[in-house]
Amino acid sequence: MSVVTLKINGVDLAIEEGTTILDASKEAGIRIPTLCHLNGITDVGACRLCLVEIAGVNKMLPSCVTQVAEGMDITTDSDRLQEYRRMIVEMLFSEGNHVCAVCVANENCELQDLAIEVGMDHSRFPYRFPEREIDISHPQFGIDHNRCVLCTRCVRVCDEIEGAHVWDVAFRGAAAKVVTGLNQPWGTVDACTSCGKCVEACPTGSIFRKGSTVAEMTRDRNKLEFIVNARENKQWTR
Amino acid sequence: MDLAELREIGEKERTAQKPIRVHCCTSTGCQAANSLGVKKNLENTCKEKKMGDRVQVVGVGCMGFCGRGPLVQIEAQNKLYEEVTPDDAASIIEAIAGGTASAAEGDPEHPFFARQMRIVRETSGKIDPERIEEYIAVGGYEPLYKAIHDLTPSETIDEVSKSGLRGRGGGGYPTGLKWATVAKMPGQQKYVICNADEGDPGAFMDRSVLESDPHRVLEGMAIAAYAIGASEGYIYVRAEYPLAIERLQKAIKQAKKYGILGSQIFDSPFDFKIEIRIGAGAFVCGEETALIQSIEGGRGNPRPRPPYPAQEGLWKSPTLINNVETFANIPAIIREGGAWYAGIGTEKSKGTKVFALTGQIRNNGLIEVPMGITLREIVEEMGGGVPNGKVKAVQTGGPSGGCIPASLLDTPVDYDSLVKIGSMMGSGGMVVMDEKTSMVEVARFYMEFCRGETCGKCIPCRAGTVQMYQMLTKILNREATLQDIVKLEQLCDMVKNTSLCGLGMTAPNPVMSTLRYFREEYLTLLKDSPNGKVPAGTAASITS
Ligand SMILES: Cc1cc2nc3c(=O)[nH]c(=O)nc-3n(C[C@H](O)[C@H](O)[C@H](O)COP(=O)(O)O)c2cc1C
Ligand code: SF4
Ligand code: SF4
Ligand code: SF4
Ligand code: FES
Ligand code: FES
Repeated sequence: MSVVTLKINGVDLAIEEGTTILDASKEAGIRIPTLCHLNGITDVGACRLCLVEIAGVNKMLPSCVTQVAEGMDITTDSDRLQEYRRMIVEMLFSEGNHVCAVCVANENCELQDLAIEVGMDHSRFPYRFPEREIDISHPQFGIDHNRCVLCTRCVRVCDEIEGAHVWDVAFRGAAAKVVTGLNQPWGTVDACTSCGKCVEACPTGSIFRKGSTVAEMTRDRNKLEFIVNARENKQWTR
Repeated sequence: MDLAELREIGEKERTAQKPIRVHCCTSTGCQAANSLGVKKNLENTCKEKKMGDRVQVVGVGCMGFCGRGPLVQIEAQNKLYEEVTPDDAASIIEAIAGGTASAAEGDPEHPFFARQMRIVRETSGKIDPERIEEYIAVGGYEPLYKAIHDLTPSETIDEVSKSGLRGRGGGGYPTGLKWATVAKMPGQQKYVICNADEGDPGAFMDRSVLESDPHRVLEGMAIAAYAIGASEGYIYVRAEYPLAIERLQKAIKQAKKYGILGSQIFDSPFDFKIEIRIGAGAFVCGEETALIQSIEGGRGNPRPRPPYPAQEGLWKSPTLINNVETFANIPAIIREGGAWYAGIGTEKSKGTKVFALTGQIRNNGLIEVPMGITLREIVEEMGGGVPNGKVKAVQTGGPSGGCIPASLLDTPVDYDSLVKIGSMMGSGGMVVMDEKTSMVEVARFYMEFCRGETCGKCIPCRAGTVQMYQMLTKILNREATLQDIVKLEQLCDMVKNTSLCGLGMTAPNPVMSTLRYFREEYLTLLKDSPNGKVPAGTAASITS
């Protein structure tokens, strides 16, 4: 094991080589907002909320996929970063149809938490009110595309942990959406094992358990990390 | 096959060629104007007049002046005919023996041709792209032979580095440095990829090179493979380019037959095979990491870099990915030496660049010019200026580029000068706009393109392009206030700085450059604009 020394927000740190900036920050007790990141599955660097500034690097880099290096001088919360993060969250709200008051995930929603974290009290971008559908063809679960933020956590969890690859992304641009099977009703996809891992993974009220009513959704995200750890390290107790 | 045998093929081909070759363009542009009908009639007349012993009709690639196609050229007599119809064919053949042709005659000495310097397109429009023998007859594949037998891989890379060639796919990354990086990466399996996705609206340079001279690209790729130690390569072409695909397939087959591709090329231990991959035609698949995923059979989504393809590319192996034009430059560099190439162009932008000159301009077509030539020379001298009126702006770099106002036409065309004025070289689209053009409309056109083409993976690009498009529409509808312009600028800045790949990072460029040079036009369109008038030639007059 080799260790590198670096600075995050002015604090000197010694961090194991190969660690991501996100994990290094966590170790140092510094929180960086994330949305597409989920412990236990691969990172895709898609939501851009975890971008950080590194002295001498002219591009902002996603901390979830960038590894620490000797001598890095990292800033995680400059005014500029905070402004960008807020804009990103605002755009997410105006892109879908989020009516928290009637949402299963109300008060247990990562998007809602992010809005609070970045200090968003309203969106300066006009709501687009897209027409999106709901699929409740699955006997136990449902997906409401109105609340999907396209983080692809469901896609990765199903592929990487459950090994079923029920989910995928179809179309592009504003029309991009997650689909089950070959864009068929979820209930008709034979590959689905009904394991519920996508339910645990989803950060919003998009994928839900049937029968949950407003603000009833609870999730155990650590479960996913636990499964991976259990399989890899043969530790089957929490 | 050895060098003597290669040269023998060329010699045999040259002696078989007739003294008078009638070149008829068979590239996409001219084909669309029925050049195949012209060619058939040219051939028939030749037969009827029993001129077959002296005259040979050859279907060639693009000559460049696509706007006036179909083109027919008789090099031996320095004659060029424009907008030829099948009915003109007989008279053109008769003119060879002294008659007058009914087709309009072009001027081969016109600045459009005279100001060009052709390296990439040196034999385009002169040889039959479907016959390898014609390529060999003009010295083709000798540079590959030279690289394999006279140079070590690292000497080959040195020549490319010395040439100063920079990637022609848009970014302008030094080609020699890229090659050296891939060559140095550990690992047995390496790949060469030719990026022929060409998705920019208004650009058709790469298509033309592939259609007109496919062997030049294959040769460039083979030299690259030798230099970096790869044995497999892919050409990623979009499905909208059927003729290019067909000619590439033919070319690969012919080269294999001669032992120029495949195993033990030119009796050396060097093996290299090339496969074609056909893309469905998504702009984002031109982005290198998306392209690689697409070849692997996945969804063409970009992924964060690093790791760069040079470190971890196709099937996680070190991969060299270059543009069509970049590869097409290589044979000449190896033949003449890197120093020769470095003598052309400017200090930091060497060699030539192919542009697709289009828009409101007299002479539409493909040009290859030395770097450092000014925009004015291209637009006014070569292009012949705007038919009615004056140049308002020149758009370079497509959806990643920007609009350059007429006042900056004296800017030299090189990577850094264009970036300095808020545009970029890009892959080579050059759209000339006249005074009637609404720059806000132009900005919205490019935003509409990006909005439709973003893969949707990252939020700033996916949602940001939609928001920007809506704001531009609001402005054009005269419903916006100054506040919206401020918001638009904030959005541009955010999307540019936070997007995952080049598409999002550059999508705001057309907006930012028009806001920079044509701000007045935005302001007069505002709801509460002080003079409240629609200025001449803006949205209202365009859309009405
Ligand atoms: C959205 C996007 C589209 C691109 N399209 C193309 C393309 O059509 N052809 C191309 O050669 N490069 C394209 N590029 C650039 C490539 O990713 C890559 O940089 C280039 O092929 C490298 O070759 P070069 O070094 O020879 O320029 C594109 C980049 C982006 C971000
Ligand atoms: S998903 Fe989250 S943000 Fe969206 S409506 Fe439900 S609680 Fe609100
Ligand atoms: S359904 Fe949930 S987990 Fe899947 S992409 Fe949408 S928000 Fe993410
Ligand atoms: S910048 Fe646009 S095209 Fe590139 S990854 Fe993000 S969404 Fe996809
Ligand atoms: S958490 Fe890093 S980009 Fe989404
Ligand atoms: S396509 Fe015929 S001259 Fe260009």
